[in-house]
Amino acid sequence: MRYLPLTPDDRAGMLAKIGVDHIDALFADIPSDRLLKHLPTLPLHKGEIEVERVMGRMASRNVSASSVPFFVGAGAYKHHVPATVDHLIQRSEFLTSYTPYQPEIAQGTLQYLFEFQTQVAALTGMDVANASMYDGSTGCGEAVLMAHRITKRNKAVLSGGLHPHYADVVHTLSQMAEAECVTLAPDVSGREDILSQIDGTVSCVVVQTPDFFGNLRDLRAIADKCHANGALLIAVFTEVMSLGLITPPGEMGADIVVGEGQSIGNALNFGGPYVGLFATKSQYVRQMPGRLCGETVDADGTRGFVLTLSTREQHIRRDKATSNICTNSGLCTLAFTIHMSLLGQTGLKRVAEINHANAVMLADELDTIKGVSVLNQSFFNEFAVRLPGNASHSVEQLAARHIMAGVPVSRLLPDAGLDDVLLVANTEVNSDDDRKAFVEALKEIL
Amino acid sequence: MLNRQGRPTTPGEAAPSDHKTFTGNKALSQIEPLIFETGRLETTGVDYEAPKSFTSRLGGFERKSEIGLPGLSEPEAMRHYVRLSQKNYGIDTGLFPLGSCTMKHNPRVNEKIARMPGFSDVHPLQPVSTVQGALEVMHTLSHWLLELTGMDAVALSPKAGAHGELCGMMAIKAAIAAKGEAATRNVVLVPDSAHGTNPATAALIHFVVKPVPVREDGTVDPAVVASLAGPDTAAIMLTNPNTCGLFEKDVVAIADAIHAAGGYFYADGANFNAIVGKARPGDLGVDAMHINLHKTFSTPHGGGGPGAGPVVLSELLAPFAPVPFVRHTDDGMQLVESVDEAANHGAHAFGRMTAFHGQMGMYVRALSYMLSHGADGLRQASEDAVLNANYVRACLADLMSLPYGNRPCMHEVLFDDAWLKDTGVTTLDFAKAMIDEGYHPMTVYFPLVVHGAMLIEPTESESRASLDLFIATLRDLAMAVKRGETERFTGAPYHAPVRRMDETRAARSPVLKYTPPQPILQAAE
Ligand SMILES: Cc1ncc(COP(=O)(O)O)c(C=O)c1O
Repeated sequence: MRYLPLTPDDRAGMLAKIGVDHIDALFADIPSDRLLKHLPTLPLHKGEIEVERVMGRMASRNVSASSVPFFVGAGAYKHHVPATVDHLIQRSEFLTSYTPYQPEIAQGTLQYLFEFQTQVAALTGMDVANASMYDGSTGCGEAVLMAHRITKRNKAVLSGGLHPHYADVVHTLSQMAEAECVTLAPDVSGREDILSQIDGTVSCVVVQTPDFFGNLRDLRAIADKCHANGALLIAVFTEVMSLGLITPPGEMGADIVVGEGQSIGNALNFGGPYVGLFATKSQYVRQMPGRLCGETVDADGTRGFVLTLSTREQHIRRDKATSNICTNSGLCTLAFTIHMSLLGQTGLKRVAEINHANAVMLADELDTIKGVSVLNQSFFNEFAVRLPGNASHSVEQLAARHIMAGVPVSRLLPDAGLDDVLLVANTEVNSDDDRKAFVEALKEIL
Repeated sequence: MLNRQGRPTTPGEAAPSDHKTFTGNKALSQIEPLIFETGRLETTGVDYEAPKSFTSRLGGFERKSEIGLPGLSEPEAMRHYVRLSQKNYGIDTGLFPLGSCTMKHNPRVNEKIARMPGFSDVHPLQPVSTVQGALEVMHTLSHWLLELTGMDAVALSPKAGAHGELCGMMAIKAAIAAKGEAATRNVVLVPDSAHGTNPATAALIHFVVKPVPVREDGTVDPAVVASLAGPDTAAIMLTNPNTCGLFEKDVVAIADAIHAAGGYFYADGANFNAIVGKARPGDLGVDAMHINLHKTFSTPHGGGGPGAGPVVLSELLAPFAPVPFVRHTDDGMQLVESVDEAANHGAHAFGRMTAFHGQMGMYVRALSYMLSHGADGLRQASEDAVLNANYVRACLADLMSLPYGNRPCMHEVLFDDAWLKDTGVTTLDFAKAMIDEGYHPMTVYFPLVVHGAMLIEPTESESRASLDLFIATLRDLAMAVKRGETERFTGAPYHAPVRRMDETRAARSPVLKYTPPQPILQAAE
């Protein structure tokens, strides 16, 4: 077996040194009636050629995003990632290292985490960011629990524009943590009345912008009312690239900002691994979940970095910890940081503009199709359109024509009465021809 | 000696090795500033055409403030991150005996396969008809996990071990609620040897944590469990093999005790890598167990993730598994994505752990690893992991102290610091001296049940020659301690890219991001 260096002779010699005559002597603590007598009924080992063949066969049964005009979003986005990123994250010293518990031989990881935290804080307009959560949705759940700790209340109000999976994650966590969670009805127009929900019993209000339907939301009045009532505003985003172009939540009064960072540096991966971004104000840093990297010096006074404020964390505080998270999204944060360092603010703004321009062009063209209407007043790179019929049906028909048209809202909100609404995203990866192909095909099937 | 060009080919008089350089660099070890200190705000390393003119639909939300993040050209970025990588220690660098973390070899074919466009370039919300192969991966992985654990169902979506713990404990909480016992059953027993994530997880969803003392031999006593368990007991969270590197030999009796009290048995499966193909949690009374795919099945740790923490469930808990899950039907693979839809299939899904379907990128790698090893290779890997740990134990037992005696361990061996008493050298010092010798230290100060813990997990990836050198090195270090060469330890590391870091200072006044130096103010006129 190519991964196992011990030879039969080695094994025999080592057993002798240990002083036992059979490997099972080392497994003697397993009750003998539970020790497996036979191999599991699974195939035997395979060479690389065969493994690649088996896995490749499964891969070939999926339609990859790059092979078709691609307009699917709703929380995960197809973007171009420079080749440099994937090359660098595969360097052994990054790929095969662990959480940087020994800072003297993990300065590589620690320095990029410090760069990552700085980048996330700048993008969101917040004071501090942590070293990542699993993804945007779990970060959102953690943000709500953090707000409960800070306010000592336990009621969250979720906007109807919050990604339905995020809302489900928060609901599940709230229910299990015996906290209250109220979700407003889904609202395609983004004009829901959330202000009337805010009173002195509310711990936090969770609002996504751009919201699930693509609308850009004004957070200022919500933040003001939250603060007047002793509540916190949690701002959520699922498309981090939008922050290259739109007012960051930190400038609109958000107390905690969480979101999905996949768009920068990370592939679609059928939903994971992704990278949760989590930022807040300085005064709340000791209530944050997750790892934090901080600057310090070594014994010679040279600058370096370490994991810090770990008295918040499970390995020190156990049942009093701010979160149970341990492993986070290490390598995905590296991908984010490298891509972001290549872009810089100049490149990010440019690619965000292209996204917006592409989406505007597509929206304008779709709007001219008879029976099709764009429902948004504002959007970044994704918007909702009403079709004359069932959106899932249209998506299937277009998929059969090798066009990935978008996400039918009913897939995530089956009971919202929005069966005719389609979410459409257009990023920098689609060409003018891709856009035209979509518009023409949609005309044909309607 | 000179060669024909007149170039000297032997060193002349050697200068002392602590020779200072102009740059501060030491050959391959380079000082590397932060990108914020070298990048420029107007620079970008990615070329895009300007967009065609269009009318903004941003509704007045244009960002007006500067983001303040510099960019780097591609060669600058490449060099920056390559230099950073060179300050890191990885499995590919050398032996990485970090106990409980399972730093085994990461086969590169798995990386190659995970990057096939059919896996990496697929969106979670594409029509199900266009992702049949992805669902097949999930289905096949589930089959392997169930076969290896002897359990009834698996929830794939948790994103790491701790998230898996949360998922399993949520399933238990849901099952308790379904029995109408939510108000009364809220205590979770957690042995003192447990990983911090166990009590943190239980507390996160409002269970009351009741510690279980560990007996003299490092394992949990079923009689103690029986005495602590009662009508208020929701579950026990037991790690097996445990964090002392020992198999809980009374696991069946512990399971019986907890079940007799009406509670559930959650197993922390972080150490499953010791027993794959040797024993099945399903035969040991387990109701739920997470599996760290990034440990047992070798998906790379990536400097702290991403991982994946699928949870296997017993028949009792299976109906409560969260959405989404895959169903194999005559019409191909289906995805059940909502609790209501799950109910149509007779399930009582407790909810959702994460957006989308979990860590597909890790499923692909783990399944590739399983296919490569096969049933035979997986069992051999467990046996070799256990053999290697015991070999290290046998070769160091005369010099370092074993808190539970010189008896067989599983895949990792636990030493304490009794042997360091009165030497002036701590566990941390010893670990830092290992760095100078070119090794990543073992896990230190965990588990908490022994003083100054040193938990060594060599994994099956090490050859005998590699182990012999490692053992010789630790023996040399241990002798140096005994000879009183404390400076070799207390000042270590001397040869790492940086010297020992001041963690206290970092925590006292935290600096968590880069702030540009303030421009020096002009003196008032
Ligand atoms: C015994 C044990 N339990 C749980 C965990 C948590 O797993 P993860 O880091 O994947 O969340 C770990 C990992 O460090 C562990 O060693």
